[in-house]
Amino acid sequence: MGPTLDFLTLLPYVSELLKGFTTTVILTVVTTLTGLSLAVAVAYLRVNAQPWVRWGLGGYVEVTRNTPFIVQLFFIFFGLPGLGIKIDAITAAFIAMTLNLAAYSAEILRAGISATAKGQLEAGRALGMTTLQSYRHVVLVPAFARVYPALISQSIIVMLGSAVVSQISVFDLTYAANFIQSRNFRSFEVYLLITLVYLLLAFGMRRSFMLVGKRVFAYQQGEQR
Amino acid sequence: MTLVYVDNVHKAFGDLKVLKGINLSVAQGEVVAIIGRSGSGKSTLLRCLNQLEKHDSGQITIADKQLDAASMSPKELSENVGMVFQSFNLFPHKTVGENVCLAPLVVRGEEKAEVEKVAREVLEKVGLSDKYGAYPAQLSGGQQQRVAIARALAMRPKVMLCDEVTSALDPELVGEVLRVLEALAAEGMTLILVTHEMSFARDVADRVVFMHQGRIHEEGAPSELFSNPQTPELKQFISAVL
Amino acid sequence: MIEFTFWDILRNLLLATRWTIVLSLIAFVGGATVGLLLTFMRLSSNRWLQRLTSLYVDLFQGTPLLMQLFLIFFGAAAMGHPISAWLAASIALTLFTSAFLCDIWRGCLEAVAKGQWHASRVLGMNYFQTMRHVILPQALRLSIPPTVGFSVQVIKGTALASIIGFVELTKAGTMLNNATFEPFTIFALVALLYFALCYPLSCYARYLEKKLYDAGLR
Ligand SMILES: Nc1ncnc2c1ncn2[C@@H]1O[C@H](COP(=O)(O)OP(=O)(O)OP(=O)(O)O)[C@@H](O)[C@H]1O
Ligand SMILES: [Mg+2]
Repeated sequence: MGPTLDFLTLLPYVSELLKGFTTTVILTVVTTLTGLSLAVAVAYLRVNAQPWVRWGLGGYVEVTRNTPFIVQLFFIFFGLPGLGIKIDAITAAFIAMTLNLAAYSAEILRAGISATAKGQLEAGRALGMTTLQSYRHVVLVPAFARVYPALISQSIIVMLGSAVVSQISVFDLTYAANFIQSRNFRSFEVYLLITLVYLLLAFGMRRSFMLVGKRVFAYQQGEQR
Repeated sequence: MTLVYVDNVHKAFGDLKVLKGINLSVAQGEVVAIIGRSGSGKSTLLRCLNQLEKHDSGQITIADKQLDAASMSPKELSENVGMVFQSFNLFPHKTVGENVCLAPLVVRGEEKAEVEKVAREVLEKVGLSDKYGAYPAQLSGGQQQRVAIARALAMRPKVMLCDEVTSALDPELVGEVLRVLEALAAEGMTLILVTHEMSFARDVADRVVFMHQGRIHEEGAPSELFSNPQTPELKQFISAVL
Repeated sequence: MIEFTFWDILRNLLLATRWTIVLSLIAFVGGATVGLLLTFMRLSSNRWLQRLTSLYVDLFQGTPLLMQLFLIFFGAAAMGHPISAWLAASIALTLFTSAFLCDIWRGCLEAVAKGQWHASRVLGMNYFQTMRHVILPQALRLSIPPTVGFSVQVIKGTALASIIGFVELTKAGTMLNNATFEPFTIFALVALLYFALCYPLSCYARYLEKKLYDAGLR
């Protein structure tokens, strides 16, 4: 085999590519939503809950941040059935990605909340709101706005990290790549193409996040006086 | 009629004793200006009055009801005491109208239409009825502070606390906020304000309270107090700020 | 079949941890060297050099580390020069690390206030004097916490070398799992060992960050 590139050999595998692409996109969209939602709950509870809850959640966050994603995935997929909890590969991937994103994002959000909260919480309390009401109505959105860029990056990191779910046979983009190169033996072309797809996904994700942010956080732009 | 009654209130942060036995009573409709050096405990006293800080001992009564967690819920407290902050603390993601409506809606559970009507009224009162749909970022500091006043008014509190509400403003914006407060006072609103604007204290307040090292050192009618201070501390303070 | 006691498992995992550490060190030292070079390329006044480095950084930050690993490992083979998993992992992790460190360090250099440049210019210092005496010392202090923090990502990144067959901690875990069928114990232990490597570094990074913050530099 010479060092020439031949992308035509990929043509017969368009349906595999599409399948892998769809899986990666769906996994990413769903886990971004669930992960960020969970992060909000974790960030809130880490500040306001009973000490033992805070402690437990602190443990979860630290363990998640200080172990590789692939090990978390293996633990959930291979390890939990040992305890009698049986889950299929895609569910395991979904859980692992959600927990991973939530742990990082909760820390990011917590920083945003502590930078935002004091004035907003006091104003809320002076108006008779409970802590939960204040969070819901006046703390969360400004805190999100403050750390939005970091949350975008983290969500993208989790999307890129999801390449690893191929290792438990989830038919994602990387799995498709492995599958195709095992048939056509053009590993370099396949991986180059798939890498490019990931790059575009990351780019697209950033763009869509920013578009959403521009609408949701439009209040930050001062014009009329 | 006494509306706010403070009896021997103490407050410490760790070892730092900030309030060392405050006694104060404020009548309905009275305007009380609190002055004093930085660190004398003015903000802390104000914050105890709406329980942003819990006092350690002593009693605070507002409209004949004792102020503590057991006898007054946050909701009830907010219907008695309104507060305006030095740094405005507007909700940046909500329009002016939403800022004003939020607490009546979520805390009191009032009808939306009714709340919006009230919001327009109080915004009218602070001269900002045309900014109903604007976001705080689109307003000047003076306008933001007036929205904050309107927001507090919308809860129809019996007494309003103002902690240096003009200190964060550019000099040319101070006037518009003070005029709003003056109008409120003229309407009979009970006001307790911490201020560094001595001329405002002199012109608008019924009584001036001078705090020094956690105690009320001297108090009296503004004309009396400013022209004829009794204690050397107040003399020194007045000569320093005037 | 050979029987594995708990201690056998632990001993084997610990032995494999050595390779995780070695690979992490290589990646970190290699990555720091390349990253430093990139940072200076990024700072140069040559437009193309700047563009090239930011493209490099964007490419490595915008694609999965696993793909980078595959491209190097399988790419080399496809080009007719097969390399070992060991070498492929070292190269991929070095490049990956260098991109992130370059980005972190550039941020630190830019975080040193513009006023510092102006002040130095007014005092008559040229570019290199300013850099050497004013900017770099400040940027260096700023850069240490995030750099230590990123070393945790490097260690975790080495786990992917297992996928191309390099026997480090994660691979040892999967191999032991295939031999013993005790996935819960094994992967819990694997996680624990990574945690033991990473957590102290995370704490140290946080401590350094707090020290900077208390010194008023953040
Ligand atoms: N939450 C707190 N924790 C610890 N110390 C506090 C706290 N709030 C206030 N203090 C301290 O209590 C003292 C009185 O503070 P306070 O804010 O009441 O003063 P002030 O009279 O309002 O001063 P200023 O004119 O500067 O606003 C100060 O020494 C301050 O540092
Ligand atoms: Mg004060």
